[in-house]
Amino acid sequence: MEMILETRSLSRRFGDKLAVADLSLSVARGEVFGFLGPNGAGKTTSLKMLLGLIEPSSGAGTVLGRPLGDRLARRRLGFLPEHFRFQEWLSGREMLEFHGRLLGLGGAALRDRIEQLLERVDLADSAHRAIRTYSKGMMQRIGLAQALLNEPELVLLDEPTSGLDPLGRLLVRDMIHELRDRGTTVFLNSHLLGEVEATCDRVAFVKEGRTVRELRLDDAPSGLEVALRLGDGGRSAEALEGLARFGTRLAHGDSVVRLRVESERAAPEIARWLVARGIEIYELRTVRPSLETLFLEVMGDDQRPG
Amino acid sequence: MIAMRPILTLTKLTLHEAMRRRILLAALLCGLAFLVLFGAGLHAIVSDPRSRAGMTLLERRVMLNFLTLAGLYAVNFLLVMTAVLLPVDTLSGEIASGVIQTVAAKPIRRSDIVLGKWLGHWLVMAGYLALLAGGVLAIARVFGHFTPPHVARGLPLMLLEGTVLLTLSVAGGTRLSTVTNGILAFGLYGLAFIGSWVEQIGTLTGHDTARYVGTIASLIMPTEAMWQLAAFNMQPPIMRELAATPFSPASVPSAAMVVWAAAYAAVALAIGVRAFTKRAL
Repeated sequence: MEMILETRSLSRRFGDKLAVADLSLSVARGEVFGFLGPNGAGKTTSLKMLLGLIEPSSGAGTVLGRPLGDRLARRRLGFLPEHFRFQEWLSGREMLEFHGRLLGLGGAALRDRIEQLLERVDLADSAHRAIRTYSKGMMQRIGLAQALLNEPELVLLDEPTSGLDPLGRLLVRDMIHELRDRGTTVFLNSHLLGEVEATCDRVAFVKEGRTVRELRLDDAPSGLEVALRLGDGGRSAEALEGLARFGTRLAHGDSVVRLRVESERAAPEIARWLVARGIEIYELRTVRPSLETLFLEVMGDDQRPG
Repeated sequence: MIAMRPILTLTKLTLHEAMRRRILLAALLCGLAFLVLFGAGLHAIVSDPRSRAGMTLLERRVMLNFLTLAGLYAVNFLLVMTAVLLPVDTLSGEIASGVIQTVAAKPIRRSDIVLGKWLGHWLVMAGYLALLAGGVLAIARVFGHFTPPHVARGLPLMLLEGTVLLTLSVAGGTRLSTVTNGILAFGLYGLAFIGSWVEQIGTLTGHDTARYVGTIASLIMPTEAMWQLAAFNMQPPIMRELAATPFSPASVPSAAMVVWAAAYAAVALAIGVRAFTKRAL
């Protein structure tokens, strides 16, 4: 598997604040990679180090086979920053022309590409207007078009849907899917878990500037959750202890007991065991743990809103 | 020439911005208003029969030269303002707003950004100076049938003065906020301005310490020295010797100061490029 991006122990310090402590990542070509973490975990700083906008304090890495910050590698990159702002006095089309020329493009090829992208992000009829008149959603779309001008091999998106309405989010999601279908690698910074769940192949959780966990989203390494709503007998200490052998007990509330189990096969076994003891079952369902559950587990209880 | 392309792309954007954001328009309107006023005033003076009758040819020439220099002094003031204010937020503003991020993430050097913006602003400033100074000289020519001597030496010195300030303003923007940068550039200009007067008075009254203070101020900021030298060049020797006007400096900056000013601008630009290259964006 070809790695399009690899870093080893990157760190970045701003004064006495350690923004990124120890970042070791590898992203394979064609992957949609989600970089997850609460606000202030160092996601943006990490991404900027990959782009050469910020120099690492220590560590090293390669992007598209070249060292971090390499100018030629940037020719094959696309980037949309979090607080995307462009020269607001330019029209949308002029802004794309300017960025295209910075990429070394020009002539009819650039003009065609711009029109094609304007169509795709549904801005063809406002492309002549100054960007300052654009809504936030339009800004985001023209920003995405900007990131795709050079048909990049790797696109880095920093919180691309924050502040967008549902339609805007859907468009970004669709575009990420299109990019994946075309074989483009996408590196997505986000704290919006639903979005990541819907788009990413693999995620890394970052906490206080360190990657604490990486996982593929298509296999569920953390097993399944079983939620049980039981009659009175099910809440006795004896029953709870008995249930614990099927998996890890996560929580039990007034009438619901939740267990983490290895596989689906645990469900009928649990049912048989309960019926044999005469405990009434009002509800038994298995759920895949959501990314949110995983996120909270990985981040631990010491996290406070960033 | 491939390497020049990103620089020129940014230069073009800068020119485009000056046009689109009506900065240039505002500066031009001020300049135009000034030229109209200057023309009307000069015309009134030279066509007044009293100033024709009681004056020798020499007196008339000195008067015209003085008026033209006064006009150029006002141009000098507008130039200083433009040189500092035009590029004062070009880098700091785009760093603060984040506009710079997508630009700097392109396959270009950081130095391309600084040099391209510098060149764009320099062209605007040079054009502005040419227009205003050219206007003053044309008015003097048309209404007074007069052209001061050594204009070809004086105007480039004024351009150099503007270049020093403009470069400082661009370079400062790589590290400082817009307001700090503006205050610093004008502060240094003010220092040189006062320093130059201290030097003139020190020279006239024979105080060496005051002269040194002035020279040191000019070394810290060689802008006022460039104007002094420009004015010195653009008047006939008789006027200098009479020291009849505020434009006839008692202490004339040396040619070495011109070299110093040019080197000053070059070093400021190099420091700016370096600071911007190292900077986290």
